[in-house]
Amino acid sequence: MSLLDPSSRSLGALSIRRSTKPPIYTLVGVLILVALLTAAPWIFPAEWSAVLLNFFILVIMATMWNLLAGYAGMISIGQQAFIGLGAYATLFFALKGMNPFFTIPVSTVVCAVIAVPVTFLLFRLRGGYFAVATWVVSDTAMLVILTVAYLGGGTGKAMPGLQGLNPTQTAHDAYLATWFVALTVVTCTYLLLRSRMGLVLASIRDNEVAARSSGVNVQSARRLIFVVAAAGCGAAGAVLAISQPFVQASNVFSLQWAAEMLFVSMIGGLGTIEGPIIGSIIYFALQQTLQQYGVWYLIIFGSLAVVVALWQPKGIWGAFRERFHSELLPVGYWIRESKTKE
Amino acid sequence: MIWLNIVIQGALVGGFYALFACGLSLMFGVLKVINLAHGDMAVVAGYVAVFLAPHLHIPGLWSFVIVVPLFALVGYVLQRTLIQKSIDRDPFTTLLVTFGLSVVIENLLLEIYSANGQTVNIGQLITKSWHPASIIYVSYVSLGVLAVAVAVLGVLQLFLSKTGTGRLIRAVADDREAAQLSGANYRHIFGIAAAIAFATVALAGIAYGMMTQFAPTSGGINLLFAFEAVVIGGIGSLWGTLVGGIALGVAQQFGAHINPQYQVLAGNVLFLLVLAVRPQGLFGKKTALS
Repeated sequence: MSLLDPSSRSLGALSIRRSTKPPIYTLVGVLILVALLTAAPWIFPAEWSAVLLNFFILVIMATMWNLLAGYAGMISIGQQAFIGLGAYATLFFALKGMNPFFTIPVSTVVCAVIAVPVTFLLFRLRGGYFAVATWVVSDTAMLVILTVAYLGGGTGKAMPGLQGLNPTQTAHDAYLATWFVALTVVTCTYLLLRSRMGLVLASIRDNEVAARSSGVNVQSARRLIFVVAAAGCGAAGAVLAISQPFVQASNVFSLQWAAEMLFVSMIGGLGTIEGPIIGSIIYFALQQTLQQYGVWYLIIFGSLAVVVALWQPKGIWGAFRERFHSELLPVGYWIRESKTKE
Repeated sequence: MIWLNIVIQGALVGGFYALFACGLSLMFGVLKVINLAHGDMAVVAGYVAVFLAPHLHIPGLWSFVIVVPLFALVGYVLQRTLIQKSIDRDPFTTLLVTFGLSVVIENLLLEIYSANGQTVNIGQLITKSWHPASIIYVSYVSLGVLAVAVAVLGVLQLFLSKTGTGRLIRAVADDREAAQLSGANYRHIFGIAAAIAFATVALAGIAYGMMTQFAPTSGGINLLFAFEAVVIGGIGSLWGTLVGGIALGVAQQFGAHINPQYQVLAGNVLFLLVLAVRPQGLFGKKTALS
């Protein structure tokens, strides 16, 4: 289904619409933004594109976490397993002589393949036990990588194939790669949620028993989402590895990634496409402002996430959407009584 | 003899894991809450023992006299405020809130006390050990922690089965609505359960500080070990947690014997194996499984 589909269909007395505004506005806005961000390295100062690059990595991770928690109801605090594995897959293929930029899709697929057997273990637990078990998985993945001397063990290893090149050129390439990965991840998530799968996930979220009895295969829907989220985090890990001079296990497998993606999705708004993006903007604004005060930005951001979880569980975007009945990237349906009925 | 030593050392560490895990187990059993800040609470207890107890002229070994009641109070208050508020929303929110707390606590400790390692000072006792055979050394501290773990589990078991409050806790854990209809104030009962859980986590935190160095980030890995002990032993079984802790400890010692790098990995592998082969754990019921 694309943005250009007719936005309203008449069904008897009810009209079903997907967009709150004519979708052409959103499309034009998105196209302008895409053009601007693609040209960013040439029009903005170099420091800006460095910040934007990290922002895109966070957007990818948060979008994937939101897909897991906000749409499929799985809380994972172990997604850094796939960030780390994606980064190390990129390092591995680069060491084998591949161009680091071409390894991004390969690392993504590697993470998706690893995620499949992992789901069979993790799905034996639910709720909080599932959450902590994902953490065990990420810890195990890190410990296994640490034993591989070829990948640098505990000290890490420099990414080959990027040295000796023009640093400005490399920075531009890394920026563009990250930006395109982020764009792809958000677009694919959007299309996935607008497809039949989005409807299946909404039915599970609203009432799992009813969904099951209507023939929804809950387990396999969740499995698909977990694998997609692993692939997305793998891609984030791959671009992370390329954007940094050094790949180190304690960095790429850090629990801080889990904290960031969780807080960002919570504050922006779980279960919306826009939420994680808005959360990431707030996170970066806070981080850049409080840079010189150590980890205070994380303390403030974490407390803010707790407050949002307790008093505004739909997050900033959720609250905005409820108040103004407006959506930028709609994945649901608006059902209204049609005016012709009168 | 090497193998006997692995089993003995593993069992000693396992006692500590069980002590760490019983609060986690209780919180889940009664409140249905996985407290992701459990490990960080223990670390906070360690910091209180290191920095507050000397001010009150209490030696390190006896710091639990003030830290444990203090944490019971903290547990009750935290339960009646933040945790209860998140339980009222849904189980999903409890995870987000406790994870948020965990990150906030860890980073606050980093800001205040830096990343330097700390220990609870217990003087010469730390170096003393019992030496029954050629290569086997049993540290008095570790033996003491194992004894405390067994005592805590025993007292908890007796408390839950024999006393009125214990019966109320079990009633609320089994069926909250029915207990409420019979006049139980479940929020207060939850508070008591949380107070007990926090008291045990304070003990675990002090024990950890006596056995080894800790830092603001030590909470996470200990939560993992405690969690693995609970799942290996079987969710919902107190004595299972002790057996699970010992199994985990022995697996880690065995891994470390092959290669020090494999210590934690061997424990994780045991956990994943149990999950694959016997997901209800050694003594568990199938209730926590999906």
